[in-house]
Amino acid sequence: MINEQTVRKEVRAWLEEHWDPNLSLLEWRTKLTDTGWGMPDWPEEWYGKGYPPLLAAAVEEEFVRFGAVGVAKAGIRLLAGATLLEHGSEDQKKQFLRRILTGEDTWCQLFSEPGSGSDLAGSTTRTVKEGDHWIVNGQKVWTTSAHHADWGLLLARTDWDAPKHKGLTYFVIDMHQDGVVTKQLRQMNHHASFNEVFMTDAVVEAHHQVGELGQGWGVALTTLAHERRRADGLQPMASAKDTEIDRSGSIYKEERAENDVMMAPYIWYPQRAGRVDLALPRAIETGKIDDPTVVQELARLLILSSSAEWTARRARAAQQAGKPQGPEGSLGKLAASQVARAAARVHTAVSGADSMLMDEDSPRDGIIGEILISVPAVSIAGGTDEIQRNIIAERVLDMPKEARSDTGPFKDVLKN
Amino acid sequence: MEFQFTGEQEQFREFVRRFFNDTTPTTEVRRIMETESGFDESIWQRLANELSLTGISIPEAYGGSGFGTVELGIAMEEMGRCLYPSPFLASSVLAAKALEFVAGENQKAELLPAIAAGEKIATLAFLENEGAPVVTDINCTAQGSDSEFKLDGTKQFVLDATVADYFLVTAMTDKGLSLFQVDGSTAGLNINALKVIDQTRRVSRVELNNTPGELIGEEGAAQDGLEQALNIAFLALANESVGGAERLFEDTLEYTKLRRQFGRTIASFQAIKHRMTEYLLNVELAKSAAYYTAEAADIGAEDLAKLASIAKASASEAYLQAGIESIQLHGGIGFTWENNTHLWFKRAKSSEVFLGDPAWHHARMIERMVEEQAA
Repeated sequence: MINEQTVRKEVRAWLEEHWDPNLSLLEWRTKLTDTGWGMPDWPEEWYGKGYPPLLAAAVEEEFVRFGAVGVAKAGIRLLAGATLLEHGSEDQKKQFLRRILTGEDTWCQLFSEPGSGSDLAGSTTRTVKEGDHWIVNGQKVWTTSAHHADWGLLLARTDWDAPKHKGLTYFVIDMHQDGVVTKQLRQMNHHASFNEVFMTDAVVEAHHQVGELGQGWGVALTTLAHERRRADGLQPMASAKDTEIDRSGSIYKEERAENDVMMAPYIWYPQRAGRVDLALPRAIETGKIDDPTVVQELARLLILSSSAEWTARRARAAQQAGKPQGPEGSLGKLAASQVARAAARVHTAVSGADSMLMDEDSPRDGIIGEILISVPAVSIAGGTDEIQRNIIAERVLDMPKEARSDTGPFKDVLKN
Repeated sequence: MEFQFTGEQEQFREFVRRFFNDTTPTTEVRRIMETESGFDESIWQRLANELSLTGISIPEAYGGSGFGTVELGIAMEEMGRCLYPSPFLASSVLAAKALEFVAGENQKAELLPAIAAGEKIATLAFLENEGAPVVTDINCTAQGSDSEFKLDGTKQFVLDATVADYFLVTAMTDKGLSLFQVDGSTAGLNINALKVIDQTRRVSRVELNNTPGELIGEEGAAQDGLEQALNIAFLALANESVGGAERLFEDTLEYTKLRRQFGRTIASFQAIKHRMTEYLLNVELAKSAAYYTAEAADIGAEDLAKLASIAKASASEAYLQAGIESIQLHGGIGFTWENNTHLWFKRAKSSEVFLGDPAWHHARMIERMVEEQAA
């Protein structure tokens, strides 16, 4: 019988014997992949140990404590891995899973299109079978890391006579081909974290179809579910935080370089969330703390942000206790939008006319300016607040579903 | 910090809710609020005898049940849900906590058991001027020595003064802020019941004119204890408020699913659905603050004053917003006397400004946080 203690003991013993900070990343991750210690919650036949999530978390903790590098988890690799594990063929698992974990391949997710954002299933990327491959024509957008990805998870339309959700198929597409062109998408806050991807007669091998023809929506839901669970790919930052450990070995240097590339799209995310942590210190350093109107706004912000945090913890506690999810579990995203907007208001009130400035001319070396022009993303990214409200109203409050006009054959549906 | 109620606490809530469902449906609230005293003796006695709720957070040594602030919060939340009109907040919270933290051993042993048993109703007369809960901001004075003091001044917003057996009155002596027990039938005590928006919560102006009072605790040493008592009262009122807000939300959600316009329920309109989700968020955030801070009181959190203000301000604003939303979502019927929404709206209004309005608590909370930063 395995339990947490024996697992912790076992992983420590294994690390004592095998961990060497002067191996190359690839050598080390190959060991992890071969032994199953890299992804212990994956099945034994696919580079894991078949552990339940709790034991896998214990293994991960031991890795962090030991200062050992893990398998490649940044970006959307693990979404690809989880989706292929559940829906991929034997051949696909053989071809892709190992190289996902060793970090040899990077991945991107080709779901959103200019005409289908909230209405993700409204994809109009046209995919036609020609002999033993598919020819793809269409455009994707908001694709993080597409410019250095080796493979893409592609949701595209294969049947225009079927209803919207029934005519989609899920593929893996090779990003290194002439028919695939990626272009960075410059955001209003000057960063370019995402790409547009143009596919013109791009080729997908027939054996890279994931799941059944016309069943792509179901496969995409698997990817999306894991995306929500994994938040936004920020996890490697947590392991790099531990400063107690001597990190002079060459493997750390290699890992840092990899992290710098993978995390680059996310460097403005804390500002996007409003940087509530800076609100009180800024009010004190500017003297605005003596302004009663600022005090009122500041108090509302801090109450909102504490309450949001307590609500999230309440939801987590209920989940851990195995209780049915209450309404508190679905509200985090809406709360985060409110917090970010309130924070932007407070930062503006505190900074006054300095709120016109950016970069080195803006307070706190540009952080304040970056907050003010990044906050609008919070209520859009990962599903708009409006879609979130629909979901809560229909699933949590059991209010009637929206009337639909897109249930017939997709070719007859008015396009977005 | 625990973020969920224990099984026992959930059972306790069920038990209390069932009691109020049986004894205090809205028809009963309407009946009681139209009476002169606004108070029903028989429900109060059942509350004391069957549930021992009147002594819920009074220590066992003084005849109470000795439960924590979390359980007090649950009881308040359930009373807030049903709008139970009673001197519970006045007697079992404000007066009982003031005695617990200010009175000497003998006085506690003498006075608290009767409050716990629901036999005596006490109320704390400490507000003056505009009603901000600053215990030292008073003009009321007391003169005398250990055996006998005479009090002069006017107390505002005294809860349930017309049904109280005695008052705990704050006054300044030569030695500083002190607390006195003044019997309700004392000559020279003038009780003016005020006309109130919220008929389920009664307040009076109490005038003292050379009125005799008995010193509670040490002369000049009441401030700290009163402030501790107030923190608990802020939390109690916050929990009562989130109970009311949640009830308003549930009733309104049900109404939107019944009310039909344009051949469909109004719940099917996106404008209503989105409004209801923001409403839900508003209530859940305030619930989290009320629950968390009640727990913080029980584990002796050092920043309780700050947390209590967070809970009070957040619950006050959420409750009033709930009242506003509910009336709007009911449409015309929501503005009628016959519809029940206004009863909660009015309680939300009185709870918003009683024991410090949100602006006052915001300022207090930020003041504490600036001190924390400096330390």
